[in-house]
Amino acid sequence: MDLSFSKEDEKFRREVRAWLRRHLPRRNDALEGGEDLSYDSPERISAAKAWQRTVHDAGYVAIGWPKEFGGQEASIERQSILNEEMVLHRAPGLIGHLGLRMLGPTLIQCGTEAQRRRFLPKILTADELWCQGYSEPGSGSDLASLKTRAELDGDSFVVNGQKVWTSTAQYADWMFCLVRTDPEAPKHRGISYLLIDMKSPGIEVRPLVQMTGRAGFNEVFFTDVRVPRENLVGELHGGWTVANSTLAFERNMLASTTRTQQLMDDLLGLARRRTRNGSKVTRCPATRQKLADLVIRVEAMRYHSLQQLSDEIQGRRGGVSASINKLVTTELNHDICAAALDILGDYGPLMGRTPHAEDRGTWPKDWMFTLGMIIGGGTSQIQKNIISERALGLPRGA
Amino acid sequence: MHFGLTADQELLAASARDFLAAESPPATVRRIVEDDAGVSPELNAKIAQQGWQGMLVPEEYGGQGLGVLDAAVVLTELGRFLTPTPFLSSAVLATTLLSIAASAAQRRRWLPRLASGEMLATVAWLEESDRLDPAGIALRVRRARDRFRLSGSKLFVLDAQMADLYLLAARTAAGQGRDGVSLFAIPRDATGISLTPLHNFDRTRRLFEMRFDDVVVDRDQLVGREGKAWPHLERMLNVACVAIAAESQGGAERALELAVEYAKVREQFGRPIGSFQAVKHLAAECFAEIEPSRSLLWYAAWAQQGASKEASRAASMAKARLGDVYSRTTNKSVQIHGGIGFTWEHDVHFWFKRAKSNEVLFGGPDFHRERVAALSGW
Repeated sequence: MDLSFSKEDEKFRREVRAWLRRHLPRRNDALEGGEDLSYDSPERISAAKAWQRTVHDAGYVAIGWPKEFGGQEASIERQSILNEEMVLHRAPGLIGHLGLRMLGPTLIQCGTEAQRRRFLPKILTADELWCQGYSEPGSGSDLASLKTRAELDGDSFVVNGQKVWTSTAQYADWMFCLVRTDPEAPKHRGISYLLIDMKSPGIEVRPLVQMTGRAGFNEVFFTDVRVPRENLVGELHGGWTVANSTLAFERNMLASTTRTQQLMDDLLGLARRRTRNGSKVTRCPATRQKLADLVIRVEAMRYHSLQQLSDEIQGRRGGVSASINKLVTTELNHDICAAALDILGDYGPLMGRTPHAEDRGTWPKDWMFTLGMIIGGGTSQIQKNIISERALGLPRGA
Repeated sequence: MHFGLTADQELLAASARDFLAAESPPATVRRIVEDDAGVSPELNAKIAQQGWQGMLVPEEYGGQGLGVLDAAVVLTELGRFLTPTPFLSSAVLATTLLSIAASAAQRRRWLPRLASGEMLATVAWLEESDRLDPAGIALRVRRARDRFRLSGSKLFVLDAQMADLYLLAARTAAGQGRDGVSLFAIPRDATGISLTPLHNFDRTRRLFEMRFDDVVVDRDQLVGREGKAWPHLERMLNVACVAIAAESQGGAERALELAVEYAKVREQFGRPIGSFQAVKHLAAECFAEIEPSRSLLWYAAWAQQGASKEASRAASMAKARLGDVYSRTTNKSVQIHGGIGFTWEHDVHFWFKRAKSNEVLFGGPDFHRERVAALSGW
């Protein structure tokens, strides 16, 4: 065991910190939103794009990418240090994260040279924002059953169908999308991965209002939308493999467990300053038990992330760690928010700028948002299926 | 940056697992469990030959001078196999206490024999009050010139039936606080000691009531400074937490393996029960708790390099978490086994009972969560 980073990496950490102290936006409502980073106004979007450009100018966007595509080929240690410092300093998230974390790595691995040259630079600068077209009304957990159809017609695909729960589609410039190109083949083998210009004729985006009251995700309808054949990523009918290669890029979870730690710190701050039933919240034995239990679960995930980071540095494979992280961290985040609401009592449901709302109403909003995160990106139940089949070798159901 | 075991520690884990699979299979455990005394001298001798009894003994006293994380690696395997052997009581707890509290002369006298396994020791701490704070140590010692006379009783003493030396926490001054707690090393043949076995449901671990009826103790049997033993006990408590958490980690892993193996072969409705999501999700929930627990355990073991607040906090976190996780895992494991899991004939109940006994030993999850809260300054 050695939990220290090298001198050079610690120097890098100090540089990041120094940069953040100089460049971190002052408290800025356009960039804040608690857990729910929805960009629901043009001001929020342009402020968020400006922030990503600032970070990019400093060389801190996608530092793990190859140099030829605008990255620095930074080590896993440095990527992790950068992410950790960004979260610890409560830096706003990067608005282009879907392009940076999902599509960019996919194009680097599976894209054509032309696709990389065309799309990667604008992902880095947030000049083009991306959304992910995966789920459909009839295809949620069973994603591979998706029905949105794409037929080749000369040099282009013609796309018809519907996507749903599409976060950020209302302002995204492009969508990476899974479509069915061979309805006769077994379901995993008839899917292709397309890049679709959201300004194409025949696309309609209808915002869906989430339980938080915000329009975070959308329905997207395609009617005879023409997509040039060169926007196919990977092989025709090979989209499932392409999509799965992207999931592997989601492994480094240190940043998200750092976020959970931060949420926990916020909860402890709340507990320290609130009173309940006439005495300090931290004096209540039942609350002390609950808080300690949460702290212990958060710490366990923190060390588990460090272990995963260490394994990754040594080239050990992650196994189902991404599923464990997703399952445990999202439920933990929600439990932390629920504990905050318990502490707040009648103040708990007060949202936004209502008089008497605590922490500007972030707790009730995050309480709802974190429940959504338990469902999004593969529900807890799907993660349990994955863990039981891939890690424990239990048979697939009928 | 390296979070995990060293190559040596991984080798130790693998060889311990192979050794115990051969020497401590369920049939052997069952034989010891059903034995009145609950002791296998042959198995203890083989374990001593592995050098494990001397792992934590400094090299100058004939041990290996290894750390708590190394011991945790072995304890994880002992917990996996439920091996009934006095490793925790003697090689970990008594050895730790003597190493940090005893005089050089006392260490020379006892540690080499503990390291070789020629002698076993155990710690007698708790009393009827079942309190782990200084007030829990009330057994009063009277001074008689240059000797001490002890009367009273201790409860929940591990492996007392085979220990040659008892490390007894007692009170040499009035009061209930930290000051006045002293430690005495008493040989098993001292006049006035009697043992009563306590019939706990976990027969892989034997507990005793010890009565001291005017036992006379010489001054050279006082371990450490008179009245100043509490910090040593607290540090040993931290090591105990990590050690039991390590056993629980191994036990939980094995209890889940047993359930998964069974779910793959047991068929109902024409297919393996492990293909039903109701069963799969129970198993996945266990796995998703067990994996992060291991990281917490390793961190807590690594943090025991001295007597720091963080050592205490980490130890209590691991103890609380593994207490809950082991108990939940064995509960689900029995349920996945169904009716057969409730029989004496099947082995899984041994893990179920051990989980609860580990959970309460040296403080249950509530006690340790409260300790985490207090150490965090809330």
